[in-house]
Amino acid sequence: MLRLQNINKYFARNTPDERRALKNLTFTVEDGDFITIVGSNGAGKTTLLNIVSGSYLPDTGRVILAGKDVTQLPAYRRAKYMGRVFQNTFQGTASSLTLEENFAIAFRKGKPRGLRLAINDPMRQKFREKLTEVGLGLEERLRDRVGLLSGGQRQAVALLMATIGDPKLLLLDEHTANLDPKTAKKILELSETLIREEQLTALMITHDLEDALNFGNRTLMMDEGEIVLDISGEERKRLTIAELLDRFSERRHKKFATDRVLLSSDR
Amino acid sequence: MVYSVQEGLLFAILALGVFITFRCLNFPDLTVDGSFPMGAAVFAFMAHSGFGPVYGIIVAIIGGALAGLFTGFLHTFSKIPALLSGILTMICLYSINLRIMGRPNISLSEFLGHRTVFTILRDTFTGYPEMYLRLTFLLGLIIFLKVMLDMFLHTEIGLAIRATGDNETLVEAQGINPDRIKLIGISVSNALVALCGAMFAQFQGFVDINMGIGMVIAGLASVIVGEVLLRGRTIFVITIQVILGAIVYRMATAIALNWGYHIGFKPFDLKLFTGLLVIIILSFPVFKAKLRRVR
Ligand SMILES: Nc1ncnc2c1ncn2[C@@H]1O[C@H](COP(=O)(O)OP(=O)(O)OP(=O)(O)O)[C@@H](O)[C@H]1O
Ligand SMILES: [Mg+2]
Repeated sequence: MLRLQNINKYFARNTPDERRALKNLTFTVEDGDFITIVGSNGAGKTTLLNIVSGSYLPDTGRVILAGKDVTQLPAYRRAKYMGRVFQNTFQGTASSLTLEENFAIAFRKGKPRGLRLAINDPMRQKFREKLTEVGLGLEERLRDRVGLLSGGQRQAVALLMATIGDPKLLLLDEHTANLDPKTAKKILELSETLIREEQLTALMITHDLEDALNFGNRTLMMDEGEIVLDISGEERKRLTIAELLDRFSERRHKKFATDRVLLSSDR
Repeated sequence: MVYSVQEGLLFAILALGVFITFRCLNFPDLTVDGSFPMGAAVFAFMAHSGFGPVYGIIVAIIGGALAGLFTGFLHTFSKIPALLSGILTMICLYSINLRIMGRPNISLSEFLGHRTVFTILRDTFTGYPEMYLRLTFLLGLIIFLKVMLDMFLHTEIGLAIRATGDNETLVEAQGINPDRIKLIGISVSNALVALCGAMFAQFQGFVDINMGIGMVIAGLASVIVGEVLLRGRTIFVITIQVILGAIVYRMATAIALNWGYHIGFKPFDLKLFTGLLVIIILSFPVFKAKLRRVR
């Protein structure tokens, strides 16, 4: 499905501020994988997703998507393969456009855009059905500007937009981190449902270790631009958060600590 | 007053163009100061070459679109910042416009056999007062352009233009090449601006190489005066608001000139008036916030 080979990514290369955000990263995502990614602040998680989406080009290495080398393809030319939702709830939608206009943009992903009217009634009907399924009462607000919605509603819209048009890959970057716990849970469940129903392959970054182990079939732990742990299968099912943290310390000879990671005892 | 309404309707064409770049694309495009006189220059050139006004207008529109395309390329291909791209095109156009015109000013005179849409209008509808003929024509033209622009902004490309100005990351993630969209938007904008230049040349009967100075700010003034007046939410209302803004802005300048006349205000002070108007409206939110804090 997706393969990253020897990816290196530097920021501010050849300056005193040089940062190596990804170090010789290699890993393969299988069809149907739902991978959760955890890691300390600045571990390179967002950078990794940006390399996959094409928002950043790697300094070395190759990105292979569905058998094709897409390393040099700009983001907009990879877009039809993937959908993306961000931590910032304003980033996944265009707030000055209405709900239906946002959907209409997503609706033509991967198809040429011309001088046809962007929205017609059959489309509206489809949007309404999709929104009804989500059950946030948004089906009555098709003509409202997205900027008027709550953060959680915007994230739901962004999720639906990201999954319109049969993408193969869904990239979620802490997409529930800015929501209150109840809404976060709802959006997370919606994500899981969409991933299951549309049979998507997904990469989800989260700061919640419990979610990281509860959702998906595989967990990556990152630190300083490297993948430290890659756990799946039976081993992952039995794993507790405490064990996960122990394994991390064993490997890196330090504690896994960030200000934002939620341990189960914090709850 | 009727004269300033006419002027307002005419300059509303330019305001719609400025609205596309400044508000839809979020691209502060200064090409306008060059593409406006370019439209006029091209029209004058065509008239002097013996073409009828319709040809002159069409070639002017194409010229404006090309000027916009050039700015767009400077920005998207050469990665030159938006403001600088516009200024560069503007400065290049100054010389090009002089080339087109052959001299710094040209008159479009009936005695030389130059026809304009306005002379055609007068000759077709004899017996009607010319002032109202012009008014009706300009009103019809701006309504036509408004409806066309409304439709355009609701097409797939139009939606992409509005989304690009709002959230470029999203646009890319939805498979749209934002550079292409910017090129289209800036071209359409400058095509409108050049059309306005061509119409204004016919309206006042002559073309001057310096007629573009300050046009972008005049256009922006119209857009923001409109925003103060209406605060529309839908494109349908917003384009009306831009047109109203243009009319009110022209009336305001006419009134300022009239009043100011007694205190020594001269026509060349108009640019100062426009600049101050824009500054005041743009600074207003800041002052309001400050006042609220003081209280
Ligand atoms: N645009 C950028 N310019 C310069 N440095 C950057 C940029 N983006 C990321 N970095 C650096 O690269 C490293 C990895 O950042 P990244 O955003 O991928 O971390 P992350 O794992 O997503 O962290 P967080 O959990 O805080 O979101 C950090 O050291 C960061 O400072
Ligand atoms: Mg991040």
